[in-house]
Amino acid sequence: MQSLADNLAHQPARGVRDRVLAQAPWGVALLVALVVHFVLGPVLGPYWSQVATQAAIAVMLAVSLNIVNGYTGQFSIGHAGFAAVGGFTGAAVSYYGALALWGGATKQEGFLVPGEWLMVGGSLLGAVLAAGLGYIVGLPALRLRGDYLAIVTLGFGEIVRVLLQISGPQLFEADDLRSSGFKQWFPPPLGGAQGFTGVPTYASLFWVGLFAALVCIVAYRIKFSSPGRALLSSREDEIAARAMGVNLARYKVRAFVLAAALAGLAGGLYAHTGVVMQPREAGFIKSFEIIIFVVLGGLGSISGVVLAAIGLTVLPEILRDPQRLIEAWGLLAAVGVLATVGGVAMRRSGSRWAPLAVGLGATALGLLAVALVASGANALMRSATGDPQANIGKYRMIFYSLMLIGAMLLRPQGLMGVREVWDHFRRARPAPGRPGGAAT
Amino acid sequence: MLSRRWALSIVVAGLGLVAGAGGCEKKSEAPKGPAPAAKTPDSGSKAGTEAPKAGGAAADKAPPSGTGPILIGHYGSLTGSEATFGKSTSEGIRLAIKEFNAAGGLNGRMVEVKEYDTKGDAKEAKLAVERLVKSDGVVAVLGEVASGLSLAGGPVCQEAGVPMISPSSTNPRVTKIGDMIFRVCFIDPFQGFVGAKFARENLKAAKAAMLYDQKAPYSVGLAQEFKKAFEKLGGQVVAEQTYNGGDQDFTAQLTSIRGGKPDVIYVPGYYTDIGNIALQTRKLNISAPLLGGDGWDSEELGKIAGDAIKGSFYSNHYAPDQADAAVKDFIKRYQAEFNGKTPDGLAALGYDAACLLFDAMKRSKSLGGRDLRDAIAATRDFKGVTGSITIDENRDAKKGAVIVEMAGSPLGPKFRAQINP
Repeated sequence: MQSLADNLAHQPARGVRDRVLAQAPWGVALLVALVVHFVLGPVLGPYWSQVATQAAIAVMLAVSLNIVNGYTGQFSIGHAGFAAVGGFTGAAVSYYGALALWGGATKQEGFLVPGEWLMVGGSLLGAVLAAGLGYIVGLPALRLRGDYLAIVTLGFGEIVRVLLQISGPQLFEADDLRSSGFKQWFPPPLGGAQGFTGVPTYASLFWVGLFAALVCIVAYRIKFSSPGRALLSSREDEIAARAMGVNLARYKVRAFVLAAALAGLAGGLYAHTGVVMQPREAGFIKSFEIIIFVVLGGLGSISGVVLAAIGLTVLPEILRDPQRLIEAWGLLAAVGVLATVGGVAMRRSGSRWAPLAVGLGATALGLLAVALVASGANALMRSATGDPQANIGKYRMIFYSLMLIGAMLLRPQGLMGVREVWDHFRRARPAPGRPGGAAT
Repeated sequence: MLSRRWALSIVVAGLGLVAGAGGCEKKSEAPKGPAPAAKTPDSGSKAGTEAPKAGGAAADKAPPSGTGPILIGHYGSLTGSEATFGKSTSEGIRLAIKEFNAAGGLNGRMVEVKEYDTKGDAKEAKLAVERLVKSDGVVAVLGEVASGLSLAGGPVCQEAGVPMISPSSTNPRVTKIGDMIFRVCFIDPFQGFVGAKFARENLKAAKAAMLYDQKAPYSVGLAQEFKKAFEKLGGQVVAEQTYNGGDQDFTAQLTSIRGGKPDVIYVPGYYTDIGNIALQTRKLNISAPLLGGDGWDSEELGKIAGDAIKGSFYSNHYAPDQADAAVKDFIKRYQAEFNGKTPDGLAALGYDAACLLFDAMKRSKSLGGRDLRDAIAATRDFKGVTGSITIDENRDAKKGAVIVEMAGSPLGPKFRAQINP
């Protein structure tokens, strides 16, 4: 991999300045979070802020799963199970903690109120629990070769789901909590099939932005580190990696535990977005949603996976009411054509920004295609049913699935393959013979 | 170098042009809508970043006034495994709106509904309601059928100060979300009691078995309430078995139930599973009747189970063959609108929820969230298709239930008993 070699060229120096700079990612994550919360939030408005929150959580889940499925080439299909462990832990800590400390779980208004720190603590505890379970589950499975991990993780997710289903009823009042004894806490009061409700909605854009940025930075630094190369080598050729002295089982287990921890963290935040935490959050359908992000984005590519997670969260929401998209067709057509033409011209002149313009143009043209198809389908439905209000919004999941099929037929290696977005900006014209996006 | 600059300038010029066009578009739209607060949701042709803010502000502060259409929202499972619930409710709502508008609307203002699918998923339900109240700026929200989804959508309405009326969420916790959340159906404790009372008094059952969906909050809640009431009335629950919604094989649970020799089997699940359960019950030669709740209510049930479901009962909000002029009239109008389809209980509840909302709108001082809320809360003896509805202090509907039997040809629900609180 070229990009890997490029990065290896930068050997770390030992100056004070470099040490300070080494801490820069924390600052970057904080900056991202602040910008997202105070600039993006007001611009988007309350509804799209909610979508953005869900997108950020999807990014965390996808990027963490990418460490297992993308870097090491293993196949985990129980990621939602780890997210649910973190989610229910975070929900319980936050809800019961608030009941015990403040007598009620109503949301405290303001920025960085005590309740939010309780959420962070609960989510981190969830991450630790998920990591512990990840170790127990991963250790035996990852010592073996083959598809054992898939089976084991599938079973794990289902176990979590069933355990949550038979958990005890939620305690709603502070008095119930105070008078509760062993009987109420075994099995733990996580709501059972009824689900866990009333968790205060502290997962603001600041927190999800901060943690999503941190997760991406962690994933990035691992990918281009020495353990990361060990992981990638195990994906490319296990025998060769072994021959080079890489302790495959150890690295795989470490990667798996880390991925489980990050998923637990994401789940903890998800519990604070105002959804009802139900046992089905641990089910394999949720796990597959995350796998789709990873495969569509490109196994191993962080930026590709991030783009896929955001796109696949936002797209169904746009399709909910395609009318606005249809009305904006002129805008889409103009941006699409101009940016694509401009991008091609820029590429010919060797500009490094050409891929940006082409990407923008392709996105706009793609949305235009969606708008045209939606408009045609609307017209067809209206003439067929005689209902002037008929809308294909109801059938949006068909569109969504068709788009997935199309994407996989046209780009089986995923959006980005194994490369990152910025790899495309390094050199406008790829050198002949440069490894493309062969994922395996 | 020159061509690079040329390319860049094309892009910049193009973007400028587009921005200009967008601006013009906006300007030319402005004079069309004299009542921006009410019109914003639909007239915003720009890419959806500005419209939400305006819509949200309209919902929060200035109550929509003027002459534009009044927008209400509906969120329901239009796809997914409980899709007929959302579709039936949606049809009931649309019939109510059509009739209300035909009768002149609210002082000449027409009502329009904005409808979003939840896929039966809690995250989707939350986002759908966010969109309705914060981006589209609806004055009130109708939905959801499933309690788990109402619990996800309700807090959004409560926070934004937009009244929400659930047509058919029976879990008691739904209206406990806050003072903006109402319902027009009875609640689970009552429905469990109705089932138990019918089993004890009409069927003279001494021993009951239960088989419920441990995945569905609705099913678990009903089973618990049934057991409580049945034992209180002197009955005995001899077997308690669970399944997971979507299971195909129930033989193990049913064999165990057969061992207890129950007089009646209480199966408070959703219609897709009930069909299979009924078929397998009869295959195992268990002759005890099945008894269920309003989750059975779908025309699909008869199609899936056929003769196996004949002679089984469920508690429901209304029966299509009830000897009631209002019900008969409603069915006639519904069938004229939707190609002769017989409305199920969910359609009737959707219709009632919408009609109750319109009634409150007429009495309300304004269409602001608070005023509308107070008007809904003041509803007394509202004559709906599913009975006379009085909103009590818990914002629940005080009303009776009916027990229907699956009978006749074509197989369908037939009225058997009316049970009042």
